[in-house]
Amino acid sequence: MTIAVSKTAAAVLMTSALALGACAKKAPEELPPVQQTTTTPTPTPTAAVPSGPSVGSQQHFEQAVGSSSVIYFDTDRFNIDSSDAAALQAQAQYFARFPQLTFTIEGHCDERGTREYNLALGERRANAAKNYLVSLGVSPDRIRTVSYGKERPVALSSTAAAWAQNRRAASIIIN
Amino acid sequence: MKMTFILPLLAGVLAAPALAQNQDLGDPPADLLGDGGAVEDIAIEGEDDGPLRGTVTDESDWEDLGIAIPAFATDRDRQTPANADGTAALGREIARVITANLRNNGLFQPTGPDRLPTPGFAQITDPAWGSWGGRGAEMLVHGYVRARGDDRLVVGCYLYDVALQDELIREGWVVRPADWRRAAHKCSDLIYARLTGEDPFFDSRIAYIAETGPKDNRVKRLAVMDSDGANHRFLTLGSATALTPRYSPDYSKILYLSYVDGNPRIYVYDIGSGRQTLVTQNSSPTIAPRWSPDGRHILYSMAVAGNTDIYRVPASGGRSVRLTDTPGIDIGGSYSPDGRQIVFESDRSGTQQCYVMNADGTNQRRITFFGGRCATPEWSPRGDQIAFTRIAGDFNVAVMTPAGRNLRVLTNGWQDEAPTWAPNGRIIQFFRTTRNAGRSSLWQVDLTGRNERRLPTPVDASDPAWGPIRP
Repeated sequence: MTIAVSKTAAAVLMTSALALGACAKKAPEELPPVQQTTTTPTPTPTAAVPSGPSVGSQQHFEQAVGSSSVIYFDTDRFNIDSSDAAALQAQAQYFARFPQLTFTIEGHCDERGTREYNLALGERRANAAKNYLVSLGVSPDRIRTVSYGKERPVALSSTAAAWAQNRRAASIIIN
Repeated sequence: MKMTFILPLLAGVLAAPALAQNQDLGDPPADLLGDGGAVEDIAIEGEDDGPLRGTVTDESDWEDLGIAIPAFATDRDRQTPANADGTAALGREIARVITANLRNNGLFQPTGPDRLPTPGFAQITDPAWGSWGGRGAEMLVHGYVRARGDDRLVVGCYLYDVALQDELIREGWVVRPADWRRAAHKCSDLIYARLTGEDPFFDSRIAYIAETGPKDNRVKRLAVMDSDGANHRFLTLGSATALTPRYSPDYSKILYLSYVDGNPRIYVYDIGSGRQTLVTQNSSPTIAPRWSPDGRHILYSMAVAGNTDIYRVPASGGRSVRLTDTPGIDIGGSYSPDGRQIVFESDRSGTQQCYVMNADGTNQRRITFFGGRCATPEWSPRGDQIAFTRIAGDFNVAVMTPAGRNLRVLTNGWQDEAPTWAPNGRIIQFFRTTRNAGRSSLWQVDLTGRNERRLPTPVDASDPAWGPIRP
């Protein structure tokens, strides 16, 4: 059921995305693999985090979804691919469990784009992640988006691997 | 190295934030726009028959033209707020500024006051031809500084042809002591325009983004300076990221992007009042601000649900008009000098390319079809060229005609980005980012691509925006 919904949503998003030309396969190898366990139905939150960070903190969110708090994009792209979809499903499940939480999706780009274009591209990425989460049932009223363009890299070298880590949409719970 | 220079500047700013209005703004820089800031032209003493007409030298060799620029004389060495050592010392400083202007821009072969004898006041209008002819100088600049009773300074500027033993041009200005550098820039402009036939550009200012801190925690502040880097000021304090400034054509305002409320938003910063307002009341992020050439309109780009388009709004406020409506990113925009057309950037074809449209948004057409991508197009103030960031592997500054022809790549850095034109359309500034370290600096290059140099700034720098000749 949830899989069918997400496939439809992915198809819609893909077609609305620009059909861009040739483009390197993404996913740098140093990225942690997408968690395969996130489809496990309804683990109770208290069982998952017995005595760690409290609900409503970024730590709690990251402990629950692992590396799925961030999704990654190919150069100049903003489409949600299958690994992004899996990560966003994990996020959607978390936010379904804690409906009181609001959060921000930050859109980011690598340094190999011009500054203003990257601000616009970061907007696209943040909104692509938001739209996908909304398609999975998260209320849009709970999601704020902000683009930082290329202004806030996490990987600092000028290599293809670093750029792949910086092309991201990161979900952040701001207390 | 530069730290000795940086620290006093930073200290001055850090001591100032008392009046900040929770907008990340420093004190209003009243000295940038105070009363009586205008420079007054006056007639000055000289030969009776006036300036000569005619071409001095053709363009192919004016870059090698030897110009002697001895210290400006003074009628009487007097105290002046412009220089602690008096008007004679000020005259030497003015000659130094002119020498640096002409040398740094690769225009001529100037020799400055520190390697030349100092002429007396009477010789300013009656040069000692014999002594100058023997120095290999083809051109001679003379000038004087006179402190007027009302505390203002009169600066006279004369250009002589040594071989002809005749005056080519002269001009004089009355300036506040605080504006003495403007007189030096106006004299530089007079010399440059007379010898090259081009429009002036030295008496202008630059807004840019000053950058400090590590690559993953960069502090980005709005800053301004004269065209030669003097009179530097930080306008924001650095608690919020500032990006992409643009001086209004009359220098009274600066458009720029700030994250001061947590989101990217374009603000109109009024230099005189030190206050700023949002360019449009809208909850969507706004980026990429631009002025129309007459200063009456503002272009901004706004992302609505992730889709960025270009909008135009009257500078005085009012209703915004959407100029583009494709599902791609349409962003930026630079007016032709006559205000009729706008060159902008769009990825509607799949990659960033440059497009031209009429100022009302009609007749949008792609103009770049060569390999690579076209970003950040800027229409030359002369109208004959468009500068842009060419992305083809590396980022380089390039120019083309408004029809997208005659592509010429002018720089070869790893990442050269965001060109901005000198007021006369002959020189382009841009910022260069280093690989890995991410250090940024301002550079400029002339249209030949041969004369490239780094502009000195107190800290790292990006997003230069060169304003027009000052009013």
